[in-house]
Order: sequence, then C-alpha cells, then structure tokens
Amino acid sequence: MKQQPHDNVLTIMSGGAAGDGVRAIGSNLVKFIIESGYEAFASVDYPSLIRGGHNFSRMTFSNEKVFNDYSQIDVLIAFNEETIQIHLEELREGALILADKFTEEEKQAFGDRAIEIPMSKYAKESGAPPIARSSVALGALCFILDLSLEKLEEMLRVVFKNKKEDINVELARLGYEYVKEKGIKHERNFEPMPDVKDTLNASDTFSLGMVKAGLDFFISYPMTPSTPILHYLAARQKELGVKVIHPESELSVINMALGVAYAGKRSAIGTAGGGFALMHEPFSFAGIGEIPLLVAVVMRQAPASGVPTYTSQADLLFTVFAGHGEFTKIVILPGDAEEAYLAGAHGLNLAWKYQIPVVSLTDKHIAESVMSGRLDTEAVGMLPEKRAENTDENYGRYQFTEDGISPMAYPGAPNTAVKVSSYEHDEKGIAIEDADMTVRMQDKRFLKVNEIKKEFSELETIKMYGDLESKKVIVFWGSTKGAVLEAAKYLDKPVKLMQIVWAQPMNVDVVTKHLRDAEVIIDVEGNHDAQMAQLIRKNTGIEITDRVLQYDARAFDPIDLASKLNELLNK
Amino acid sequence: MSLNLSTKAKKTWCPGCTNFAILAAFQKAVTEMIEGGEVEKHNIATISGIGCGSKITDYLNMNTFTSLHGRELPTMTGVKAANPDLMVFGFTGDGSTYDEGVAHLVHAARRNSDINLFVHDNQLFALTTGQATPTSPKGFKGRSTPSGSIEEPMNPLLTVLSLGATFVARTDALDIENTKKIMQEAARHKGFSFVDIVQPCVTLFDTREDYKDKLYQLDGSHPTDDLAAAMKKVQERGDKIPLGVFYKVKGPTFEEQLLQ
Repeated sequence: MKQQPHDNVLTIMSGGAAGDGVRAIGSNLVKFIIESGYEAFASVDYPSLIRGGHNFSRMTFSNEKVFNDYSQIDVLIAFNEETIQIHLEELREGALILADKFTEEEKQAFGDRAIEIPMSKYAKESGAPPIARSSVALGALCFILDLSLEKLEEMLRVVFKNKKEDINVELARLGYEYVKEKGIKHERNFEPMPDVKDTLNASDTFSLGMVKAGLDFFISYPMTPSTPILHYLAARQKELGVKVIHPESELSVINMALGVAYAGKRSAIGTAGGGFALMHEPFSFAGIGEIPLLVAVVMRQAPASGVPTYTSQADLLFTVFAGHGEFTKIVILPGDAEEAYLAGAHGLNLAWKYQIPVVSLTDKHIAESVMSGRLDTEAVGMLPEKRAENTDENYGRYQFTEDGISPMAYPGAPNTAVKVSSYEHDEKGIAIEDADMTVRMQDKRFLKVNEIKKEFSELETIKMYGDLESKKVIVFWGSTKGAVLEAAKYLDKPVKLMQIVWAQPMNVDVVTKHLRDAEVIIDVEGNHDAQMAQLIRKNTGIEITDRVLQYDARAFDPIDLASKLNELLNK
Repeated sequence: MSLNLSTKAKKTWCPGCTNFAILAAFQKAVTEMIEGGEVEKHNIATISGIGCGSKITDYLNMNTFTSLHGRELPTMTGVKAANPDLMVFGFTGDGSTYDEGVAHLVHAARRNSDINLFVHDNQLFALTTGQATPTSPKGFKGRSTPSGSIEEPMNPLLTVLSLGATFVARTDALDIENTKKIMQEAARHKGFSFVDIVQPCVTLFDTREDYKDKLYQLDGSHPTDDLAAAMKKVQERGDKIPLGVFYKVKGPTFEEQLLQ
C-alpha cells in the first residue's frame, strides 16, 4: 500500500432500528459536514420494512474529494445495543462510540472510547419524540469533530423549519455542552477547504437535469430504489412546473407517457428493474413509433423481488437489449450525482432530438447516497426537437429524410393528421405489411444511429482518469465509479481508469484504443456475469479476463477493492 | 373544402363487418360536430389498440394513435393531460379492454379523465380467429375452449358504474343513427364516457338473429342521474337488453384537478 488508508479520511456511522432517526441524522450530518467546507460521501443501508430492523447511515469525509464511503468506522453513534455488536469488526483502532448507555462488558472493552450521552433523557425532557435523540447526537459530534455549533444551529433551523426547530437546536446544544464538559475530541489532520461544495443526491440531481431540459410530465409507480425521483418531483411540482402522475401500474405509466409525448409534451418515467421488465412491450413501441421517452431505471439486487433495498449492477445487459425487436436506443450510465444531472438533461434532450427511447441506468447506491459536488448548470438546457414548419394534408409523421429523423407535428397542428402506429407503417403512419416498406422503415430508424454517434465528440460517453500513459487499465461503469476512484488512491502501480458512460451505442473506437495495447485490463462490476466485459467483447472483440465482481447487493468498499486490485496488478 | 375523414388505406374488415357501421357512425358524429363548430378537426385525437375494431384508426383521416393491445386508456389519459384542448376518442374491443387492459378500465372509471371510450363488444377475439373473451357467454365454444368456456361472463357496464364512471351507455353497432347520437353525447360529456357497443361478428359469432328481438331503447322514464337505477338497469340481460344512456352525472375531471 502506498499510504496508510484513512490518513485523511474520517468515517462516522449512525446505527439503529427503523424509526430511530438514523436516516435523518445521516442526511443532516453530511449536509453539515459539506457546509463546513469538507468533501463527503454518505450512504444509507436499510432493510425493507417500516419499523424495527437494523439501519445505518455512513459518511466518510475529507479535505479532498471522497468518491465513496468507507466501511471502517472512526465514530459510531449507536441508537440501540445491537448496533455495537453488528459493527464491532468495522471499528478502527481508537474509534469512539456514542450511545445512551453501555453494558458493563462494553465499558470494559472500550474503556474511555465508550461515551455515554443521555440522548433519550434530553429528548424526553424536551417533550420531543424519541427520534429527536439524533439532534443531541449531532450536537455531540459537532464538538467532538471541532465544528461550529453556530453553523449547526443555523442549519437545523432550516432543516426543521416549522417542525420544532427550537427544540432541535436546544437538543443539539445540550449534546454539544455535554461532551465539551468531558473534553472529548477526535483528532484529525486535515482542515476545511474555503470552497464550500453543494450537497447532492443523484435522484434529486437527475430530476433537476430533466427539468432543465424542459420536462413537462413525470410519471411513475413506486418501486425502490427509483421512488426518490417520484417523491422529489411530486413535492416540487408547482415550483418546478412539472406535472407528476402516479397511475395504477408500470404498464399504465409508460403508455401514459407515450400519450403525453404524442401530444407534444416532454415526459419521463422512473422505475426499478422489475418495473422496467413490465414495460417492455410499450418500450419497444417507443422504438417503432419513434416516440421520445426518457426512462430512469434504478437497479436493486434481482432476479425478481431480489434484495429490494440494496444495490446491484446486474441489469446492464437487460437494459441494453430491452424491448422485443430491433430498434435504436441510448443507454446512459451516470456514476454519481453530478453525472446524474447531466444524464437527466442530456437523456431527455436526446430522446426528443432523435425521437427514440433513452434509458438512464443507475442503482440504489447513488440513488440514495449523498455527496459533495457542484452541478454544471451552464452545460445544459432545453434543446428544441426537429419540428415540421408548415403542416398540410401531405404531412407524414414518418417522412423519409436523409438522417432518418422526421419532422415532428402534434395533434392540434392545423390542416394535418398526425398518425402514430405500433404496427410497421408507411410515411403517413398507416399500417403496412409489404416487404419493401418494412425494410425501408427499419433502415430509416437505424439511419439515426449514425447521427447519434456524432454525439461522441460532444458528450462524455467515455471518461478517463488516472495515469493515461499506463498500460494497465481498470474498466468500470455506473456507481462503481465511486469505489474505483477512491480505491485508486491506494493502488501500488499507476493505472489508467476507464469509465463507460454510454453503454448503447458504445464509443467503440475509444474503448478499443485504450484496451487494444493494454498489458493488464481489470473489469470491476457489481454483478455476477461481468456484463460490461461481455458488452465490450461483443463490441470490440477484446476479452477481459481479470475481473473483480461483487454481487452481495452491497456497494464496493474502497479499501477492500484496492487490495483486490493490487493483487491482480501485482500478479 | 369538403371534410374528408377517410384515408386511402384499404379496409381489411370482412365483407359485411359491423365495424363499417361503427366507422360510419363515428365519421357522421364527428362531421356534424365539426360542421356545427363544436370542435375543429385538428383538435380531435383518436386512439385505438390491437384487434379488428382497432383498425379503425388507419381508416380515419385525423390525428390517430394506434397503441398496443389493452393499453389504449392510459395513452388516452396521457394525451388529454398533455393537451386538454384535444377531444380524445378511443376505439377498443372486449378483448383488449375487458381482458388484457381491464386494470386500466378500473382506474379510468374512477379517474374521470375527460376521454371517450367506445368498446366494440363482439364477445370474442376475432382478429386471432375466435377465442373467448370476458363477455363471451358461458359455454362459448372458441378455438381455445373447444368444450365451451367455463367462466362466467362479466358485466362491464355494472363494473364501471361501481367504480364511479360518470357516463355509461350501450348502443347497437347496426343502429348507425343512435350510435352516432350516443357518440356525440359522450363527446359532450365532461369526464370519462364509457360506451359498450353491442356488435355481432358476422364471420365468427353472428348474434344478429339472437339480438333482433332483444334490444330495445331506454325511454325518457329512466332517470340518468340515479346510480341505483342505472345499476339495476344494466343488469337486465335476459330476454331484453336495454340500449341508451344509463347514467350521466357531473364530476371533477382528472385534468382540471391535475392542472390546478
């Protein structure tokens, strides 16, 4: 190892039962840390239930970019006894543990690292529900990590606005004073940065990206882990000017979205792998009907119901080959909240530019995590689609053109008929069955691929990091970007890092260029079948045999991944 | 310029198919409404799915959207939500709406989107050459039920009434004049209009003789704002089968509430 892991990172975990406020403290803490001038990444881990079970939120922060949280813990806040037992092995040497009460054995085992804070007592005395313990813990952490109490109070007043903000501010102060009296601090050797970043989540930023590209309707049926997009937009319909509909099923969702697009309004839908499976017939219709559609597919561990609240990257090939028949589509694989913003905006624009279905494929790990960063709001806007200038009775929705893209008109356009069909059709949109027109229409739709490939020079369809001269290449995609870039800080040898951002169509020339002469290629993915390696082989003929695959429904841990990569690099 | 509502597409229905009558009724209904200044032709959007009756969209020279089997209703809801100025019609069949897409019918009835659904109810799958649908009589011998279907038929009118549909009617495909009137009344109704069109399939399930003496028109004595009366009336399905508007009440539409 080049450097001792955790040299300039600290990891804080809060654990407890569902309903204990674990998620609340997680989201408040990461926001506070980022607003205090640090870089951070925070994840949540929870089972599929409403009360009880074991939940935790985990945040790693530093003075340099943190791409992924770490599993080794520096401070553990335990809202129940179970938490300490479950995470015992993850505690680093010198880790502090904060809890209401410790058992005698724990006190003996941890000594002065076991810090009893009367969180429940304070919460009870204040008249607040037990969940308000999390504000006491936040206040205690504020002192322990040497952060500004004033800043914390300011933030809590915003977070809890009209929701007992005074009580929460007071509880934080009590927590702060309690540990201050005992003089408990956690040392660290890094200082905040003057450039304060924003607190970003990929579901929120994907939504904002779509809005930037002119989203009119968002239609979705709840399915973890895609639901945060639905919730985010539903809560902000008026402010963002987006109509949000939650209909009876995924089939209704996608067919409704196709109806919206036919009428000329921009629609997008969100679902997880199972919901997307239900949508395939209409997804294929978007292909033949040339109906613009953006689909956010957020992966969780499958097959079938799988492990619903945990992450996975096993739906890549499923998505690339989605829909029966052959048709043009784009599949974008954003790797974090900043890229999700671009995927939302570009995805919707591209769907309308080329009149095709576009999928943004992410997973629970980024859909529910939070990171420090900044959105490139200048880079995106709403690009107008190709419109029919003057419509008359000669207008045909599927008119043949040089680039395969027919000018669009919508119902309401005077003097014409806009006809769309799920059947193979002629230029007017009337069903046909003859061989000649069947071929011509297929060819017309595939002409668009040539145009789409021109985007390769405009958009980041492949991203390179690390030592670009190195002959050792690590290939990855989607949320695995975080763990790979974080692990790269601990690699023994200089490596070139290649992130595939567009799975379909793939920027084959660039992939080939980087892989052709490589001495070592390692594929890192969160699935069993090395699906990206398969896709690269299909597209380039290059076989990647070194693989780090994980399909335990958890995200990679950077340190664990670094050691596996070093093993392969050193062999 | 005279109004031309027909495309040049070759009609592939069987000779004597009752779908010709439904097409004629619709073209008449729409022509009168356009000429009467109620709607402009370009503000009409007609959606269909898959099945013999759904071929109608190919034959209509107007905005049309030929959707998938059973998925017409969500599409219609989407079109209307995106552009409430459009008058939205849907032509489907008993196979698509009562079988494949019945979940959408359930929710369309309670959603009250201002759309108009006309179901070509010929009591069998025709385009797939004759299998039972949810409205086939028990014992129906189709190609998938050669010994006779063993399921009880559903009553779609009763179903949608129970779910809050605000306009429920039945008409006879062969009665072009009354079908036209009901289509117009449905179009003028603000909210979800459901029209079941009794339709003999002259090739595969010819019910013309059977219906001849059974069908009768409701008269003015039937109260159209009384849910209990409507639910009772639609259950009359023995020797006499009533036609006309069973139920018609006002209610807030999906679009009005969505666009608030």
